[in-house]
This record gives sequence, structure tokens and C-alpha cells, in this order.
Amino acid sequence: MTAIESTLVKLSVDFDVQKIRKDFPVLAQKAYGKPLIYFDNAATSQKPQVVIDALVKYYSEYNANIHRGVHYLSGKASQAYDDVRKKVHEFIGSKVEQEIIFTRGTTEAINLIASSWGRKNIFEGDEIIISTMEHHSNIVPWQLLCEEKKAKLKVIPINDVGELLLDEFEKLISPKTKFIAIVHTSNSLGTINPVKKIISIAHKHNIPVLVDAAQAMAHEKINVMDLDCDFLAFSGHKMLGPTGVGVLYGKLSLLEAMPPYQGGGEMISSVSFEKTTYNEVPYKFEAGTPNVADVIAFGAAIDYWNTLDRKAIAEYEHELMSYASEKLKTIPGVRLIGTAKEKTSVVSFVIDELNTLDVGMYLDTLGVAVRTGHHCTEPVMSWFKIPGTIRVSFLFYNTKEEIDVMIDGVKKAAAFLKK
Amino acid sequence: MKSLEQIENEIVSEFELFDEWSDKYQYIIELGQKLPPLGDKYKIEENKIKGCQSTVWLNSYEKDGRIFFEADSDSTFVKGEIALLIRALSGQKPEDIVKTELNFIDKIGLRQHIAVTRANGLANMIKQMKLYAVAFQKT
Repeated sequence: MTAIESTLVKLSVDFDVQKIRKDFPVLAQKAYGKPLIYFDNAATSQKPQVVIDALVKYYSEYNANIHRGVHYLSGKASQAYDDVRKKVHEFIGSKVEQEIIFTRGTTEAINLIASSWGRKNIFEGDEIIISTMEHHSNIVPWQLLCEEKKAKLKVIPINDVGELLLDEFEKLISPKTKFIAIVHTSNSLGTINPVKKIISIAHKHNIPVLVDAAQAMAHEKINVMDLDCDFLAFSGHKMLGPTGVGVLYGKLSLLEAMPPYQGGGEMISSVSFEKTTYNEVPYKFEAGTPNVADVIAFGAAIDYWNTLDRKAIAEYEHELMSYASEKLKTIPGVRLIGTAKEKTSVVSFVIDELNTLDVGMYLDTLGVAVRTGHHCTEPVMSWFKIPGTIRVSFLFYNTKEEIDVMIDGVKKAAAFLKK
Repeated sequence: MKSLEQIENEIVSEFELFDEWSDKYQYIIELGQKLPPLGDKYKIEENKIKGCQSTVWLNSYEKDGRIFFEADSDSTFVKGEIALLIRALSGQKPEDIVKTELNFIDKIGLRQHIAVTRANGLANMIKQMKLYAVAFQKT
């Protein structure tokens, strides 16, 4: 028994994965008659029954439009919606509840900042810093802004194992640098970036920082006051919640100084044809009827997180990642892409020159769900000079036995496709 | 020359031999491995159809009122799908290519896998084959 195997056996005593799997109905599904092995958690996580129940309960028992109705149902729905804002505020440790804005997801949160904060504060000749390993969602909004404002986008380079070059980052900062948008945890490489350090360096130059925490939230406890980030964006669906709900955290003073993002109901204080005044933060940024059902179900996801031992989970996921990495490395032709020292439970790899789609589809025939391609991070793929990777991403409900099935599948795929 | 419909029916009966998706996958990979490679002179930008996860190169020409296709891809699975499409469409009359709905794709259970994949560029390839046919019809 290897060191990794013995640790896993030990861990399974402290962490009952079979028990936790029962909370997720999808995991009992079969794919083509075989047990489903879900290794695409970086794309979206599965949902515990409590989240599904919260959605059904809302629509069956208290569906209503919120914040304007004077009736029983509206009151109940408004209360439930507002409670989730408080839950998120406590979950990420923001200073006040108003710093939590609900969006459709990480992408919309980043676009909100680029459009509202960006248009007000970025001018011709200014510079915005991002990194090579950003998801397209944290590249394109800034490109659009730079194009509109004739500003310049600067990119922090990475090394061979997929880590940011911090020295180069510091060299990129100039008096023209007005904003930094940085990914906390890379979706394609798994690298966990030293965002706290980056923020502290940026703040020495009075530059605000947005953190894309889409991949981070399901794997570690994030505290915004501790990070001291100015903005933080994440998605509910990657952390056991439903699709269509995300969060933008922003420091209150910054949010208050920002113009509205979209116009409509809820975001106004009063409207006349001469002059419209806006509602206060956070409502100023939540135009239209909000996604009440999904926000409430997202609240159930947060409640669920709060019942889990995050430290034990993090250790377990780390073991899964190490186990998969070690096993993959023994397969001839396999090359891991992204082997940073600080890594989350994402393993990206290629097999010689094999097309990743062919390998992914082979694994699919075995019931193993993986992601293939560039993972919306084309610049990362260009840097490694590959068209894409096969990516397996684990969450606490995955098991070592599932990894064994995947490893066996990769071996077979390599043999079969190399003919 | 067999009609498009005859060929489609043949493909459908071949796939009826397979119950499992894994068997269909393996068969398509084998077809892909057997597809003759496209000459480098045809692997040019104008012939390229880019999918999200694979690239297809498609060359076409007309001879005696019929259209012929040859194609290649960086994915063996996509090459297998190409082999099926070429078998059905290459050598057919433009009007038949334009009007076909390629029902065999549904019948052999491939539609789902094409939809999965903006991925595989195949939907774009079918569109491109039809566009060629429309163009040849006009000339």
C-alpha cells in the first residue's frame, strides 16, 4: 500500500464519503447502464437534496414577487430572499450585508464591475492588470472596457508548472495601473494563487482588486475581510447551489460611489421624466424581479456548507487530487498540465498527441464525466502550446474507487486510440 | 450509384448491430482511423471549419453534376463521423444534398453527441456541405 492509499484509508474514517453521497441524488444515476462517475465539478457541482427541496418548497408554498407586495406570500418570500443576503454576508465575512449583490453568476458580477466601476474610473491610457490563467469571463469584459476607453490590458505571465510570476507582476504595476482583476483558483490548471499577497501589493499602490473566486468557493473558506479584496465574484452553481445565481461582493464605499449597472424596477428610489433617483446599495444593482427561487435555494446550499467540516473536506479533496495525479503519471504518454505547489482538486492532462475530445468521449462511454478542450482559458493552452486538456475535477463526494475506474479508462483509451 | 436514402438505410442497419454507446463509439473510431487523410494542400484556412474542441478540413469538387467531398480532422471520432457523412453525401446530386435531413444521424443515436459538442464542429460541417451544394446548384 502506498503512502497515499494509507492516508486515504485513514481519512475515510474521519470523513464518511458514502454517507455524504446519499445527500446528492444525481450521484446514484447510471450513465449508459454504468454507475455515473462525475468528475466535472469545476464546470458545475451536483446539488444536495436540501437545495432541490428548497426550490420545490418555494414554488409550492410561497412563490411571490418580493419587496413590493403587501400580501402574506410576498412578505414570506421577501423575508426568505433577504435572509440569504445575510447568510452570504456571514459566510464570506463581509463587513455589512449591503455589500452582497446578487447576480446571475460570476460572469455577470465581473461585467457589472467592468461596466459600472470601470466606465466611471478608467480613462484613456490607463492600465488594467489580469493574468495569463484567467477564465475568458475575466478577460473579455476588460478587453471590451479597454477598447471603449482606449486603455491597456497587461497580463501577468506564468511559469512551467502554472504559477503566477509575482516578480513580473510587480514590474507591470505603473502609475497608470488603475485596476487588477485576478483569478483566485484556476479552472484549467487548479493553481491557487497568492491573492492575499497580490492584494497587499496592489493596495500599496492604491489599486483596487477584483478576485474571481468561482473555483475557490467550493474548496476553501474565503473571508473577504481577511483577503481585503475590493471586489469578489462567485457563482452559486459551482458550490452546490442552483444555476442562475451568483454573488458580487464589493466594499460598501466603492459600491456606493458606483453608478447603476442596469435600469428598471427595484433599483430606483423614485422615477419621473425629469429626474430619476436610485435606490441604495445593494438594490441599486439588482434591477428587475430578482431570481428569488434560486437565491433562496442558494441559501439552502450555504446552510448545507455550514454543516460540513471544511478542513476535513479540504484534506480529503487534496488526497483525491494527489492520488489521481500520481496514478496518471505512471501511464505512458500522460503529461500533467498545471502542477503548482498550491493546487485545488483539479487535474488537467494530455496523452501524447491524442485529441482530448476522443479521450473524453471514451471515458464517457464508461460513465465517467470529464471535461475536455480549452476550458474557456485559451491563453493558458497557447502558453503550454496545446489545443486543450482532459480535466478531471473532484469534489468531496468523489471517491478513490471512482478514480481507479477513470485511471483504467485512461489506460484503455491510450491503448485503443493510439492504434 | 446508390441513392442517399439507400446509403442512409445501410448505415442505420449497420448500427443496429450495436446496443451499447461504447460499441458505437469504438466503431466510429475505427471508421475514423480508416479514413484516408486529406492532402496537406487542402488543409488550408479556406477549408477549415473550427469547432470548440476539434478542427475539420473539408474539400469539395464537382464532377459530372455530382458533388464529391473529402475531409479530415484532428479528432479521430470526428473523422469517423466524417466518414459516415462522406459515405452518404459524396457523389450525390446537389439537389439531394440540399434537401436531405440526414435522418440517419438521429436513428443511429448520434444526434445527442453532436449536440454535446459545439465541440466537434460536425454540425458546422453539415452546414458547409449543404452550402457547397447550394452554390453548385446555382452555377
